[in-house]
Amino acid sequence: MTAQAEQTAPGAMPATTLTVPGAVTHRFDFVLGLADDALVAAQRLAQWCTRGPEMEEDIALSNIALDQLGAARLLLTYAGEVEGAGRDEDALAYRRDDREFRNCLLVELPNGDFALTMAKLLFLAAYQVPLYTALAGCGDERLAAIGAKARKESAYHLDHASLWVRRLGDGTDESHRRMQAAVDEVWPYTHELLAPDPTAPVDPATLRVDFDSVVSGVLAEATLTVPETAWKPDGGRSGVHTEHLSYLLAELQVLHRAHPGASW
Amino acid sequence: MTTARAAVAAVVDPEIRVITIAELGILRSVDEEPGTGRVVVTITPTYTGCPAMDVIRADIRQALVAAGHPQAEVRTVYTPPWSTDWITEAGRAKLARAGIAPPAPVRPTGPVPLTLTVRCPWCGSPETEQISRFGSTACKALRRCRSCTEPFDHLKAL
Repeated sequence: MTAQAEQTAPGAMPATTLTVPGAVTHRFDFVLGLADDALVAAQRLAQWCTRGPEMEEDIALSNIALDQLGAARLLLTYAGEVEGAGRDEDALAYRRDDREFRNCLLVELPNGDFALTMAKLLFLAAYQVPLYTALAGCGDERLAAIGAKARKESAYHLDHASLWVRRLGDGTDESHRRMQAAVDEVWPYTHELLAPDPTAPVDPATLRVDFDSVVSGVLAEATLTVPETAWKPDGGRSGVHTEHLSYLLAELQVLHRAHPGASW
Repeated sequence: MTTARAAVAAVVDPEIRVITIAELGILRSVDEEPGTGRVVVTITPTYTGCPAMDVIRADIRQALVAAGHPQAEVRTVYTPPWSTDWITEAGRAKLARAGIAPPAPVRPTGPVPLTLTVRCPWCGSPETEQISRFGSTACKALRRCRSCTEPFDHLKAL
């Protein structure tokens, strides 16, 4: 495999040259992981469209889904260029099977009730904000550009999720009970987000301080607690997913697979 | 003949049709290659997932053809990222006249400010409240004026 990632898109900036053996594969997996986080989160959030608890929230969740999709497209395009095998964003989004996806398990979990969706969004945004901020200053100029752009959008996602988690957690007995149940259910999946990867452009483990600071602040204000459990499910980054991803991908990919190369 | 720069600068944003792409600050450059007459346009999206980008690219090509520049390429760049600070003064005035509150200035570093007072574009009252931070397009929030009770769009500071 050539170690030189080639420029394929007109007007795109050249990909960073990678000369260490195995570096291309590693960089590809890293970028693909971020891309798949955003793509799968976008698909899940889009499932709220026409089902939001109120019209404004319906629009908000669709907007956040659109932001995630925008980041996913940029990251998938770049991943394809790093790989150098001629795969574009569509090939990567629509023609990979579940075991080839590198997203964290958190984003593929079903939406559950509104509280569960907000718990998922809070943890995802609390991870993506410091991640994109760190990428904006990393040595890979393509990832730096994407990070600088996506960081600003993720700040709104974090603000939105924080607002709801505080409102529901510090609300009625029923909203508190359901918000706490949601935190309890998805908290174990946050560990995978911050798993160490020392040779990545940004080591996720370095985001732990920011993540903990933001999340503990919001949960404290929301009168919620972090569950005491040692269970830390993972596997998403190596392609071992929950069955939920397979169903999600079936819906995401069915049209493209039925009509390969179709456009409208 | 209209210059390539003027033709492209006059293209109207497809979602906020009172403002041009130059006034919105998403038009980065228009370069005409000497000799060939080929025009290279560089634009940047407001939001990564902005669904209007394909329409904007098509509108730019169409405007260039109409201005006598059939050979054109539209490039998209993401860095430096677009900021609402790039909206021109003329653009801000047009937004306000159309009932869309212009964004507050963004501080160069630090957290994105989210809770500054926004004046009602209809009556000028600062007594407004946010209905939803996500509005009819990715770049807008929905607000309501407590003085004149009119709802209005607010271009979010980014």
